[in-house]
Amino acid sequence: MKRIIGRSTLSAAILAGILGSLCSAGPAEAQDKLKIGFVFFLSGPGAAYGSHARDGAKLIVEALNAGKVPAPYNTPGINGVQIDPVFVDEAGGAQKQLSEYRRLVESEQVDMVIGYNSSADCNAIAPVAEESRVLTDFFHCGNPQLFEDIDTRPEYSVRTAPTGTMDQVAAAKYLIEKMPNIKTVSGINQDYSWGQDSWAEFKAAMSQLKPDVQYPNALFTKLGTSDYGAEISTLAGSPSDALFSSFWGGDADAFALQASTRGLAEKSKFVLTMGTGIVDDLGEKTVVGSIFGARGPHGYFVKTTPLADWFKVEYRKTYNRPPPFGAYAAAQGIFGIKAAYEKAAAGVTGKQKTEAVVAALQGLTFETASGFPVTMANDNGHQAIQDTAYGIYSGWDKAKNEAIITDIKVYPAECVNPPNGVRAVDWIKSGFKGARC
Amino acid sequence: MGTLSAILVDAAAFSAWLFLVAVGLTLVFGVLRLLNIAHGAFYSVGAYVGVYAIGASVSIGWGTALQLGAAAVAAIAAGALIGVLAERCVLTRLYGHPEPLVLIATYALFLVLDDLTKMVWGGQSLYATQPRDNLGQISIGGLQYPVYDIALIAVSLMVALAVWYTLNRTRIGHCVTAVVVDSEISAAMGINVGRIKLGTFTVGAALGALAGALTAPKIAVSSGMGVEVIVIAFAVVVVGGLGSISGAVLGAVIIGLARSVTVHLIPEVEVFSVYLVMAGVLAVRPFGLLPPARARRI
Repeated sequence: MKRIIGRSTLSAAILAGILGSLCSAGPAEAQDKLKIGFVFFLSGPGAAYGSHARDGAKLIVEALNAGKVPAPYNTPGINGVQIDPVFVDEAGGAQKQLSEYRRLVESEQVDMVIGYNSSADCNAIAPVAEESRVLTDFFHCGNPQLFEDIDTRPEYSVRTAPTGTMDQVAAAKYLIEKMPNIKTVSGINQDYSWGQDSWAEFKAAMSQLKPDVQYPNALFTKLGTSDYGAEISTLAGSPSDALFSSFWGGDADAFALQASTRGLAEKSKFVLTMGTGIVDDLGEKTVVGSIFGARGPHGYFVKTTPLADWFKVEYRKTYNRPPPFGAYAAAQGIFGIKAAYEKAAAGVTGKQKTEAVVAALQGLTFETASGFPVTMANDNGHQAIQDTAYGIYSGWDKAKNEAIITDIKVYPAECVNPPNGVRAVDWIKSGFKGARC
Repeated sequence: MGTLSAILVDAAAFSAWLFLVAVGLTLVFGVLRLLNIAHGAFYSVGAYVGVYAIGASVSIGWGTALQLGAAAVAAIAAGALIGVLAERCVLTRLYGHPEPLVLIATYALFLVLDDLTKMVWGGQSLYATQPRDNLGQISIGGLQYPVYDIALIAVSLMVALAVWYTLNRTRIGHCVTAVVVDSEISAAMGINVGRIKLGTFTVGAALGALAGALTAPKIAVSSGMGVEVIVIAFAVVVVGGLGSISGAVLGAVIIGLARSVTVHLIPEVEVFSVYLVMAGVLAVRPFGLLPPARARRI
């Protein structure tokens, strides 16, 4: 009898142990990893930018998981939880991205999503992100409409990059500083919200700063256009003093290649808000004398800080090149989330509630890989502002194998971003009311 | 005068490119009666192969002509190989089936090849501008044009002439025409219809790849580039008349001219000018401007 009881007890103990381990396996697994969906352009013309963002994100995720990132991000993972990245290609249009987003949320069961470069994709995803109640960091799309018109009361959507308004206003200021007697400016931009908004905001800013400037040509091309022959003829046939473009990715590279061989750059000063991407991709084939920006103080405009220096060194070690601006943007997106997550946790390790992380991000100022901090200042703390910079590409340093950038000027965040609660275009048309330069 | 010459030169250059990307598509439709969406993927493969061939030629010190020759030969070989595999493995099983089924099969083929280009060459853009840079510029009407772009007009005309000559002045061309008119009677007369179909599809694929290789020095070569091309190539062949080589020439000229005129004079409508022309032509002539003659069956 004793034997039977002994056996029963042993069996019950083993069974309890197995059941216990099975029951605890679920939550333990869930607690083990923080699953993040990263959505970048990995194919098509946008991959010229998106593949750099993916490379930057991979490097940061691996370094964070290993606890190798310098302060203030020197704790492992995010709040001690290892990051499990899932990479998705942004190519294919907004409809495809909606399906991919739902797949990430429902099948992959990601804890959050960081990604989206196309403004059209951001506009499509934001309402679904709110419905799904999944923290979604639109890491680099720039259209102000995202929180002005599309998702006017964001709860789960955030953007850790400033809007394109910053790029356009700073470009106008820089151009007028460099060419105070400028008379004419033409534009060539992509025919979707990013290109249309960029041209409208740039023109509005120029009109405030120098009302007598004329705009003879405003051309818009389809995303993925391969041949710009007719557009270049139009722009070269009646050249303006300057040519403004917000082209990015393969479109920017193709246009720069075709325009430079046809001598357009000798007739018009190029103003390229995303021009650093051309420098990253084309190197010494970039048009000498171009005014260029980097959607923030990234790439050639970075400061020297321990974090910024570490990122530069690690990126070069891993990918054998200096970090392009897409990599900086991806790093910024991840760092913003890590900073908010750990603020929300207040010292308690493990996963946190999404609502608490979003609340912690509102108004937060966090360090970036470019050395210029970001503040979540606008749209109820869901929209970032940051300093930005412009410079001139003056040639290629063959010894160092990098671009020579001159005349760099940094614009404070409060000088080139609208104040909280003011629509971007209204702010520009008010003569930049409230700007602190 | 300056604007007029710019419109005409830009239209000629763009039309030449349009014809190059559309000729293989219309040839395949003419003989096999199938809308080959995979044509866009053949173009992509040709562009990638062209980039690598040019890169290799430059690294071993070959001149511009050899760089371009290597790109063309490599692309034609790659296009032909993929064409043979696609026809033998997929399409030959679908001949005689409803057209929508074949259309979906070519779309599937397009997606598979597009993903394969991504797997093989990655997502990042590639560049091979050396031949275009080496050929320099030419001034026309006060504007600089790359000699390469102007030379493509001549290349395009040569391709048109070669295809026309082959179809109309050679024995094999007559066999192709016979198969187009009536494949059953052609088989009864001793023509190997299967081989004609295989040959035509292979040539169509090789022409698509050649177009990609010749375009590569002008653009950022990246995966997914075939989508844009297949849409505009369809517009060209539909305007000209599906299956008609002379129609493809006319369609390319009309669409090239429409785009050039709108970019120069009314840029607001440039984005949809191609489709406006297509809709206008189809409203008046539903089979296109120069549809191939059809034999009347009694």
